[in-house]
Amino acid sequence: MDFWQLLISGLANGCVYGLIALGFVLIYKATEAVNFAQGDFMMLGAFVSIWLTNSEYLGLSFWLAIPIAILIMGILGYLLDLFVIRKMFGQPQIAVVILTISLGFILRFAAGAIWGHEPKLLETPFAGKELHIGSIVLGFEEVAIIIVTLLLTLFLFLFFRKAKLGLAMQAASQNQLAAYYVGIPVKRIQSLIWGLAGVVAAVAGILFASKGAIDPSTGLLGIKAFAAAVIGGFGSLPGALIGGLIIGVVEPFASFYLPAGYSQIAPYAIMLLVLIFRPAGLFAQMQKKKV
Amino acid sequence: MRFVFKKSYDDDIKLFKHKPQAFYYLILLILLIALPWLIDDFFLGEATNVLIFSIAGMGLMLLVGHTGQISLGHAAFMALGCYLNVIMMQKGVPFIISLPLAGIITGFVGAIIALPVLRLHGIYLAIATLAISVLSEDIIVIAERWTGGVVGLVAEPINIFGLDIDRYGTPVAFYFLVLIITLLILVAYRNILRAPLGRAFTALRDSEISAQALGVNISKTKATSFALSCAVVGIAGALMGHFAGAFNHESFNLILSIQLLLMIVIGGLGSIHGAFFGAMVVGLLPQFIAITRDSISGIFNLGSVPIPGIETASFAFILILIIMFEPMGIYGRWLKIRTYFELFPFYRKNMFKRQKSYLKTERMK
Amino acid sequence: MSLISLENVTLSFGGLIAVNNVSFHVGKGEVFSLVGPNGAGKSTVFNLISRFYDPKKGDIKFEENSILGLRPDQVPSLGIARTFQNIELFEQSTVLQNLLVGRQRHRKSNLISEMFFAPSVREEERRHRHVVEEVIDFLELQAYRDKYIAGLPYGVRKVVELARALATEPKLLLLDEPASGLSLEETNDMIYWIEDIKNQMGITVIMVEHDMNLVSSVSDRVLALADGKELAIGTPEQVQSHPKVIEAYLGKSGEKT
Repeated sequence: MDFWQLLISGLANGCVYGLIALGFVLIYKATEAVNFAQGDFMMLGAFVSIWLTNSEYLGLSFWLAIPIAILIMGILGYLLDLFVIRKMFGQPQIAVVILTISLGFILRFAAGAIWGHEPKLLETPFAGKELHIGSIVLGFEEVAIIIVTLLLTLFLFLFFRKAKLGLAMQAASQNQLAAYYVGIPVKRIQSLIWGLAGVVAAVAGILFASKGAIDPSTGLLGIKAFAAAVIGGFGSLPGALIGGLIIGVVEPFASFYLPAGYSQIAPYAIMLLVLIFRPAGLFAQMQKKKV
Repeated sequence: MRFVFKKSYDDDIKLFKHKPQAFYYLILLILLIALPWLIDDFFLGEATNVLIFSIAGMGLMLLVGHTGQISLGHAAFMALGCYLNVIMMQKGVPFIISLPLAGIITGFVGAIIALPVLRLHGIYLAIATLAISVLSEDIIVIAERWTGGVVGLVAEPINIFGLDIDRYGTPVAFYFLVLIITLLILVAYRNILRAPLGRAFTALRDSEISAQALGVNISKTKATSFALSCAVVGIAGALMGHFAGAFNHESFNLILSIQLLLMIVIGGLGSIHGAFFGAMVVGLLPQFIAITRDSISGIFNLGSVPIPGIETASFAFILILIIMFEPMGIYGRWLKIRTYFELFPFYRKNMFKRQKSYLKTERMK
Repeated sequence: MSLISLENVTLSFGGLIAVNNVSFHVGKGEVFSLVGPNGAGKSTVFNLISRFYDPKKGDIKFEENSILGLRPDQVPSLGIARTFQNIELFEQSTVLQNLLVGRQRHRKSNLISEMFFAPSVREEERRHRHVVEEVIDFLELQAYRDKYIAGLPYGVRKVVELARALATEPKLLLLDEPASGLSLEETNDMIYWIEDIKNQMGITVIMVEHDMNLVSSVSDRVLALADGKELAIGTPEQVQSHPKVIEAYLGKSGEKT
């Protein structure tokens, strides 16, 4: 395949990984917990949008279905925090990790029970359309993925830096007790963050399913998104995206140039190397505890 | 209300707190020994499966429950122990040597991997170990020459001092083999916990900095814990290979790693009992689901459609309930019930209340 | 002969100089106090001695040998023990178990002998428990022996922190704000205990403290620090009346407070 095809395709994949990684980092930045089910959120978001817009289900207009799907996932994230994650308030980090792992299992099972295990593709108005830039032919979906991802990342980055709510979220993550004292509604903010993560996951799912088939176990590519978040450094939003792009680009080139079987281990091998030699990732935020 | 009057340091050191406790465990032991004559071969096989999971659980419990290091990758070490054991047996090494040797080698590999990996903490460690598990699946396929790749290997027949032990042919002998190994590992585990090394482990779990300031060599102790954990889990993996008869890279996948962790959390993190309780849940859950599914489909007339993934989903659901309502696990609930009766009527509801800690970030920019 | 000495020690965190060319020595059997306003670098000096930080310049000598080549976990085997300002006890263990961890530096057994719980390990255990019981008796912690740290009041935790350091049978004891947060009675108990530690056990003590009552009651010499620099060194009375010290705490005379 052409170099540019590989690159753009890799970038598009990388954007999806980056979006999932963005979801991780959002929740981590706000609550120092990691949502191991973020990949499965993405899968759920994709299936919800498929259910709304595909002709074999509800068949709504694409431009109507997408915002509804995003809204549903946002509400789902919010409710999840409200009823489940909040009970974990004050418990050690490991509890939420294990909880979300289990949640992932349940989501996978539920999706399979509701929609079956056959791979499905999201019907979009721009399926099959192409962009011609010079001699390069690009799928419209791929370009859409890249553009949407960049815009979303920029929006979130600015949101955390400038918006009052974003700053409040940062404060709540750095010192909960102090945040309470200054009047920040910590618990409600936490739920908002989970809702936001749900929204981001939905966007990722919609973008992914428009380009490739999705089935209940697709959420497991959340593990690759982990690698992305780690490489970028867990506290950094743009880092998550860049990490995702790195993995997304490495994958097709690795499978092209390396013998079969080795290409699959490339993302994880890179991640382990980063963890061992530069554990804080490329955009470090963690340092030693002061006594 | 029982009051234990201690007269010497040995009363604190010894394995059983008082005579009645030793008596109860003796009864349990007699029950376990008599089991083959109480239940039929199928359930004996199930019991053997539970014991094998208990061994794996003990291995992981030492690392996670007592040393405080999270691992989402232990299936990789089960695979290592399993493949090593069979490969050695293929070359003619007798089982009685190949099994402990497989465990020891797996332990060494664990120690080597531990050195760079255990410098990580919390979520990074979880992700690194997750990567190890995922990588191991692919590495097994790549190393096709020894591991049989995707096709996998068949477990060699066991022969100890002329006695043939086979999971299907001689299930009773296999059961006793696994039981003896379980007990040996159990005793070694308890010994370590009551010795300085065990205290060093729990010190690392609760406060690395002060453990260091008291003379605990952090990297060496963590590596020791990881190595012991991998060795035990490797032995469990080898036994699992014999139990299953045949295995390949998918027998020891990431899902298994996660299941091991969920298992010991359900059982009760931080106690040896937790490994056993968790193993019982894992072993008995499929049966339980089968039974309830028959009765439910009988009520709703659904027919017996097998639902894929229901076992893992139920397991995950149980875990969510446990984490939300009884974070101390099954053993924790048992402890509370027992304390209630021991202290009756002086039991206070908040005796086991865990200190809630408000989040203070460990990140410092 | 001085037991421990710091020579021209300097440490900076990025642009902030936490410890600026500090030198002092402490003789055997002395009680030496470090005082100064917050941020003066007192706990940093302790962290340097504990080898959690490496000094940019200077040397730290214990019994005439430089300790700068040691790891933090090797420091206890020299006979140096410390307490922490923010209590770092093992919350999920009992008081007894916490104190037993203090015996780690005396561990003679290895993995194999412990797995089989050889008779030598049992003997060792008995000896460890004997020493720990003596510490419990000294600090009157009998009532709390089997209680979990998580449920204990703050004053008791401070004492357990001290007990754990004593359980290591140290030659040099570093106490980081032993009286902070304690009531008047508890602080008086602390005064008696530190005196006993010095006179009966012959242990050398370096103490970081803000409570000047405690400092002047037990200290032989005092060093005052501010902004990482030495201000004055001498007996408690000399340091308390030193003009530079007064200026650091209260501001220049003539200024309105």
